[in-house]
Amino acid sequence: MTVDRVTLSLVGGIVALLALSSLITAILLARQPAGTVNPVIANLDARVRAWWVMVAIFSAALFTGSLGSILLFALTSFFALREFVTLTPTRAADHRALFWAFFIVVPLQYLLVAQHWYGLFSIFIPVYVFLFIPVRCALGGDTQHFLERTAKIQWALMVCVYCVSHVPALLILDIPGFTGANARLVLFLVLIAQLSDVLQYVWGKLFGRHQIAPVLSPSKTWEGFIGGILSASAVGAALWWATPFNPWQAAALSCVITVMGFFGGLVMSAIKRDRGVKDYGNLIAGHGGVMDRIDSICFAAPVFFHLVRYYFT
Amino acid sequence: MSLASDLLAAALRLACGVRQLPDAAVPTAPCIFFANHTSHLDFATIWAALPPAQRARVRPVAGRDYWEKGPLRRWLAGRVFRAVLIERQRVTVATNPLTPMVDALDAGASLIVFPEGTRSPDGRLQPFKSGLHHLARARPATPLVPVLLDNLNRILPKGDFLPVPLVATLAVGPPLAFDAAESKTGFLARAQAAVAALQRP
Repeated sequence: MTVDRVTLSLVGGIVALLALSSLITAILLARQPAGTVNPVIANLDARVRAWWVMVAIFSAALFTGSLGSILLFALTSFFALREFVTLTPTRAADHRALFWAFFIVVPLQYLLVAQHWYGLFSIFIPVYVFLFIPVRCALGGDTQHFLERTAKIQWALMVCVYCVSHVPALLILDIPGFTGANARLVLFLVLIAQLSDVLQYVWGKLFGRHQIAPVLSPSKTWEGFIGGILSASAVGAALWWATPFNPWQAAALSCVITVMGFFGGLVMSAIKRDRGVKDYGNLIAGHGGVMDRIDSICFAAPVFFHLVRYYFT
Repeated sequence: MSLASDLLAAALRLACGVRQLPDAAVPTAPCIFFANHTSHLDFATIWAALPPAQRARVRPVAGRDYWEKGPLRRWLAGRVFRAVLIERQRVTVATNPLTPMVDALDAGASLIVFPEGTRSPDGRLQPFKSGLHHLARARPATPLVPVLLDNLNRILPKGDFLPVPLVATLAVGPPLAFDAAESKTGFLARAQAAVAALQRP
């Protein structure tokens, strides 16, 4: 057990927030006319239930120390990659390259995190895997759409594995005066990114008028974006005591997390629209696939990691 | 045994990303499932996705020439999947492939058949061979249930033994009725169209 009082109170706060959400959902459900349920409220109910499961799994991983967190994010990468490649047409000649991606690249990248080998962790996929994938595809002997196919596999690995692996990599940062408390950085990043998604959704549902990108995502509005980012950043600033940051730094970093998270959602939506699907999968009831839930973290994690590494270590 | 097979089915569903079908999706009585064929995982995937009552009675129909080569294949076909092995090459009166299939149906089993005869090389639906028509004519009252499998050729393609864990999809259509007045080619075209119609747009 590497859990301390501060981390425990953060998790306690999340549990309280979820309990409040469950209560509000229950009231909304009770106020529905008998026999009919508004689909938005039914979806809200499914989402809140799924949140309980996700928070339980995430807390369990956090409380089992760095190994638990690394394992959780390795599995998250694996499932996200699975959804991503399923949606991306590849050809028979890519089969072995994909086998490498799933069973060699994913474990190795997280092994490097577990080994605290920052030097190789940060270049393994962008350099070595980047070069390996086209070579393995070329050995398959099929030239049709070659650049497209290799680019898609490289992209999938960058987003689903490389970017996501920066979340547990926060555990290996050596921050003066913060030793042994890095799990709180993981919690901070995931909490702010997810809270921002939820707050953008809530603000958008309540006050959304002007769409930002109607073609990509009809539910993204300026009102939701601004309201979500400001309120999530305010929460981030209010949680400064749990981080190595002062309130202003916590607010600025939260703002970066939320804006990057928004961009992540936007880009991953563009891919979904291009493939003609609404969700990446159906693993998480009410939310869609794993990729639908972590799209914001994919884009926020590497930037947050490097800002913290540059300014605080 | 039941627990072991339930666990195996759950593991297969997780590995291929398919969900168990609701009880109402397929008939409860013995029936003939006919599906497109792209991968060695096809039968196992259908088996794992069926509701438990159908899963307990279903048996795949497979080529004797392939599945009796070597002890591993023999064990898989005989012990694990209880396959109904049929002759594909030297068909005589004594080795009429229809006999073991009809016997299995009469004994209360459901069958899974792949009317294309072999795995498709490119994942596209191949023309149906006439075996399905012979089988349907022999037991015209047995429901014929079309099944479409998608993406399994990407998970475990023909000619490879290393799987890639992608998400497969399985769709089941409404049972076809056998019409004795219909020609063989008409029936086979209708059966093939029933599978093709399950393809997502």
